[in-house]
Amino acid sequence: MHDKTLAELAAGLKQGEFSSEELTRHFVDRIEARDDRYNAFITPTPERALEQARAADRRIAEGNAGPLTGLPLAHKDIFCTRGVKTSCGSKMLDNFVSPYDATVVEKLAEAGMVTLGKTNMDEFAMGSSNETSYYGPVKNPWDESKVPGGSSGGSAAAVAARLAPAATGTDTGGSIRQPAALTGLTGFKPTYGRVSRYGMIAFASSLDQAGTLTISAEDAALMTQAMAGFDERDSTSAQESVPDYLAALGQDIKGLKIGVPPEFFDEGLDADTRKAVDDALDVYRQLGAEIREVHLPHLDLSVPTYYVVAPAECSSNLSRFDGVRFGYRCENPKDLLDLYERSRGEGFGAEVKRRVMTGTYVLSAGYYDAYYLQAQKTRKLIRDDFLKAFEEVDVLMGPTTPTPAFGIGEKTDDPITMYLNDIYTIAVNLAGLPAVSVPAGLVGGLPVGLQIIGNFFDEGRLLNVAHQFQQQTDWHRRLPEGIE
Amino acid sequence: MSLSPDDVRHIAHLARLRIEEQDIQEYAGNLSRIVDFVDQLGKADTDAVTPMAHPLEMAQRLRDDVVTEENHRDEYQQNAPATEAGLYLVPRVIE
Repeated sequence: MHDKTLAELAAGLKQGEFSSEELTRHFVDRIEARDDRYNAFITPTPERALEQARAADRRIAEGNAGPLTGLPLAHKDIFCTRGVKTSCGSKMLDNFVSPYDATVVEKLAEAGMVTLGKTNMDEFAMGSSNETSYYGPVKNPWDESKVPGGSSGGSAAAVAARLAPAATGTDTGGSIRQPAALTGLTGFKPTYGRVSRYGMIAFASSLDQAGTLTISAEDAALMTQAMAGFDERDSTSAQESVPDYLAALGQDIKGLKIGVPPEFFDEGLDADTRKAVDDALDVYRQLGAEIREVHLPHLDLSVPTYYVVAPAECSSNLSRFDGVRFGYRCENPKDLLDLYERSRGEGFGAEVKRRVMTGTYVLSAGYYDAYYLQAQKTRKLIRDDFLKAFEEVDVLMGPTTPTPAFGIGEKTDDPITMYLNDIYTIAVNLAGLPAVSVPAGLVGGLPVGLQIIGNFFDEGRLLNVAHQFQQQTDWHRRLPEGIE
Repeated sequence: MSLSPDDVRHIAHLARLRIEEQDIQEYAGNLSRIVDFVDQLGKADTDAVTPMAHPLEMAQRLRDDVVTEENHRDEYQQNAPATEAGLYLVPRVIE
């Protein structure tokens, strides 16, 4: 039962092959029996899940079910969930029980989805390996000595090990696509503003976007259909109507114009990963797509631009954690300044402190113009490169990551080495575009991803392009050893 | 550009972060590496470029100035480290 996609499980529920309670019990038992190995969950919520499943079964019996009713999922612990601990992977929020639901949580619950629990993540989503979590690293189900990627590493490991059939994630610089690539999943980040950020604990507000980690592109379409749409509670929510994403699947892609930027194929790209991407491009050629070279001349500026913009926004966003209204407070503060400084110094981990300080520095008097303002200019150059490319082509393709999953502890000594792991995904967030990573092969037994980038609000076409690849290949159905 | 231990102490204070004295050197090293790395942005020719405000050029939405939120004080204060009579408690600030 656990190797089925959401679409397949939905068919099973509809045909009465199993109830939502049986389905949910199956995943609850798997989490209970297996998650000790992966550490994918911070807070499993089995009782709540079974209660939601019984409600879903009643809805199905009454004939009020939607396409997602009764299907289980896991939420990244960045999404506020009413009455449930919402930690964001931080000691700072270890004692925080959210008094409200994030819009994403609310919408998926209204659609009838069942929440299995809250997944592990890099602290405040700052990391590319899930090693900055207060709750310890997550292990990659494909090789437990490797990282699952990050920051949505718990969500990725949970789905890869089939402890959940799907999960939510958030993507600020690659935090859905990179872990999806490293664990053999389909990771989808919609256009900036497409899915509400309300109740999604903020890291860098001009870059953050919620999305999905699923087995297939079809599943991503199913979930995104329920998650997307205008929300007045998010001041940057896009006022665009949501098309029928499922209806877009199945369209012929003959004549599709695919742009391949040589800048994605630099000397840092592992040769076997490159081969997997080349093979994927051949699949598209056989489907009648036309592949041409396009250039993103400012791509090399994207990682440094990101490491000014994102820390600047994070230093501002994380000022709300002050030890006064919620979250961690230090013992015996001697005065108010001591309370602020020690609550934050003790409540945040090292990577979060580095980014808060980097952000404080680039925004501080005398440095603002040289760093923050300059980064907003280089960000414009990067965005404009994409706009120009999309005048010529429908989608862009390249690798999601330079290499397959790396070892736990391998890149923790030097922050820059870790940052460069997101070199192919970061520019997409700076430009606000939608993108998906699809499993494109195995390198030394580890999955690698093909990244497909679409134009603004062109999610339907993007998901169909991914879906067509998955009709021709079975990389997305491969399982790690021992998952059966 | 290299950041000194004193720079780190100053930035940490601006950010209201207590950094333990034995960790200052390591932060100085790491932050210097990060600042060196982002310094390459200075080489980009941006004289004619307007800084980007929003990737999709969207303007901030306005709403009518009416009350939309109900009072949730008691519920919210359940997450607070210390409260009394509906107020958040902090160490004395006025002697």
